[in-house]
Amino acid sequence: MALNPSTSPAGGLRSGSDLIVTPAGEPEVPENVFLTTMDSVVSWCRKHSLWPMPFATACCGIELMAVGASRFDIARFGAEVMRFSPRQCDLMIVAGRVAMKMMPVLQRIWLQMPEPKWCISMGACASTGGIFDTYAVVQGIDRFIPVDVYIPGCPPRPEQILRAVMDIQEKVQRGGTTFGNEGLPELRARERYMLAQRSAAPGTGIADERGDEDRFGYRLPGGPSQLGLEETR
Amino acid sequence: MSTAPAPAADARDRMIEALAARVGQDAFTVSRFRHNVRVDVPSARVFEVLKALKDHCGCRYLAELGGADFLKYPGGPRPGRFQVHYVLRDLESGLPLIVRTWVDDPDPTLPSAVPLWSGADWMEREVFDMYGVRFEGHPDLRRILMPEEFAAFPLRKDYPLRGRGERHNFPRLTREES
Repeated sequence: MALNPSTSPAGGLRSGSDLIVTPAGEPEVPENVFLTTMDSVVSWCRKHSLWPMPFATACCGIELMAVGASRFDIARFGAEVMRFSPRQCDLMIVAGRVAMKMMPVLQRIWLQMPEPKWCISMGACASTGGIFDTYAVVQGIDRFIPVDVYIPGCPPRPEQILRAVMDIQEKVQRGGTTFGNEGLPELRARERYMLAQRSAAPGTGIADERGDEDRFGYRLPGGPSQLGLEETR
Repeated sequence: MSTAPAPAADARDRMIEALAARVGQDAFTVSRFRHNVRVDVPSARVFEVLKALKDHCGCRYLAELGGADFLKYPGGPRPGRFQVHYVLRDLESGLPLIVRTWVDDPDPTLPSAVPLWSGADWMEREVFDMYGVRFEGHPDLRRILMPEEFAAFPLRKDYPLRGRGERHNFPRLTREES
């Protein structure tokens, strides 16, 4: 506007402050000042400086290394500071299958990460157990720790991981607060439901014992038992 | 591929002759499959045979120790449910000699081979972990692959592939409490 004064209806040069519409009784906001919330600013800073905790147990970890290297370069999204101490991280990337001997380790590392924290379940094995439908492999880490973003693929392409980081960034912006992570508003009801289900009597939703899962380890909706949280007891 | 010629007499024949001279002809039976020479021993005499093979027959190296569960496996009655095999190797000729033995339910027990070969330590722990075969005299017979609190023996044929719910038996951490 200022570079093209001829468009001004009065024909003269007008200062920018004349364009601000000031409601009656409200203080005028000067130039170059933005009004926003503290949460929004903190989340904006936080989402561009994610520190991932690479929980790489299998071949997905190799792909994760490729994302950190120069060709795909996760540093473009500010998430290049891989830390192997969970105390310093706020984004856990579970890359690979998790054996049942590893699950307590994973939970402990998750609990050691300071709030706020997010979790990416990378690849088919971490999300569902993948082809490893055996007694020793956990059929999806989301049964035991909260997961924010899932990445399909076996292993996923590096671009998918970058997409997941961008999704996490959006989730941080929308659900993060200054001192914590409230999660997405539409998911809070489910979190409360899961907490309430923790104290429910075990086996209320199980018709028969757990050995009779379908081939993917999940009960089908409308099957012998209701689909719900009780299935993992 | 041409038809395989009959296995030529090799160093293993001399080993078996020396073994028969040591422990007696009735302690074992010998069978061949392609290039494998199998020595079947009853479990009561397996330590004696292994010791004779190591000390006097040249099989100084224990290459492998493993197990198998033959529950409901076709092919006739067997001396026991579990087979434990020892693959010994002659370091002079490089030829393997397989010693097999059978143990049965309940409480399958074998003498440990750790006094002969220290390398049998972890291999016997693995057979114990997967099949539940106890090795008497083992210095430290704990599980080696599965967690300590795991109760079953997962490679037994009557154990379901997907387990009995052990893989689900963890507390669930939710967003609010973690």
